[in-house]
Amino acid sequence: MIWTALIFAGLVTFFTRFSMIALLKKDYFSPRVKIVLGYVPSAVFPAIIFPAVFLNSTGQLVFLDNPKVLAALVAVLVGYLTESVIATIISGLAVLWLLIFFI
Amino acid sequence: MNIQYKIFSKGCLDVLPLLIPVVPFGIIFGVIGIESGLGSTVTFLMSIIIFAGSSQLAFAQLFTGGATTPVIVSSVAIVNSRHFLYSAVIAQYLTKVKLFWKIVLSYFLTDQAFIVSQKYFKQQPKNKDRHYHLLGSGFTLWFVWQLSTVAGIILGEVIPKELNLAFAVPLTFISLIIVDIKKIDHLIVAITSGVFAIIFFNLPLRTYIIVAAAAGILVAYGLSHSKLHKKK
Repeated sequence: MIWTALIFAGLVTFFTRFSMIALLKKDYFSPRVKIVLGYVPSAVFPAIIFPAVFLNSTGQLVFLDNPKVLAALVAVLVGYLTESVIATIISGLAVLWLLIFFI
Repeated sequence: MNIQYKIFSKGCLDVLPLLIPVVPFGIIFGVIGIESGLGSTVTFLMSIIIFAGSSQLAFAQLFTGGATTPVIVSSVAIVNSRHFLYSAVIAQYLTKVKLFWKIVLSYFLTDQAFIVSQKYFKQQPKNKDRHYHLLGSGFTLWFVWQLSTVAGIILGEVIPKELNLAFAVPLTFISLIIVDIKKIDHLIVAITSGVFAIIFFNLPLRTYIIVAAAAGILVAYGLSHSKLHKKK
């Protein structure tokens, strides 16, 4: 059963990646569609970010008394100022560890 | 050193900064794969067969929870549906390469490879060998992902859960959009998506990701109207 799930999950994942590459021809997109596609990362990644930051392990919304919120805010601030991927991630983890282990 | 190799190497180098969170993520997946009872063989092969971190974690969690094959497979499809959009963006740059290349490059089309290679493709409108960049970024990520998974499988229960290394995942995604969301229109799209994800988090099958992304895209579509007219 697990092998069936694994093979099908692999096929479906490949299909999501191959789909448009296989189908599309040059200049398929209108200018407007191209503009909208430029927003894709901003439209998809927050759907992963927000629950991981604002929800606890049981899916409850926690703003205060949640070290992940402050850690994420610092990461956003550091990322905003430095535009560095590494600085953003390290600052977020450092603040989280500081809050969890020392405060 | 020929030009293809140079472009391939540039792809390998460009993706390196984005690999720092990939290593802990891969290790976490390895550890969770073992803890979920997938076994070392399935955990290892999953990183090769699926090769998409967040959906692999979803797979492991659902398997532990006793989910059936259709539920697991459709959850993986939902989590990975964002690839449709990456695929559509990358497709415009791969219209002239052979089918074999399209298949290979599709397999390597991850979040991180997409980000760095799309940027490169935009800068190289007339370069016929530019697809080697995606091969480089994709292969480097693939290699590091497999090594990290193996490290996670080996380390298993040794890594303390208290480190909360899974938090590197949202931090990675923050770092990937931080430059974009300096622009107010991108920020509006991002907050819409995030708020929808929180509101609809309890929808079955992790469908909140689709709902939130759809809301974000819809807002982006509305915003693109004014942007299109500004350009004229």
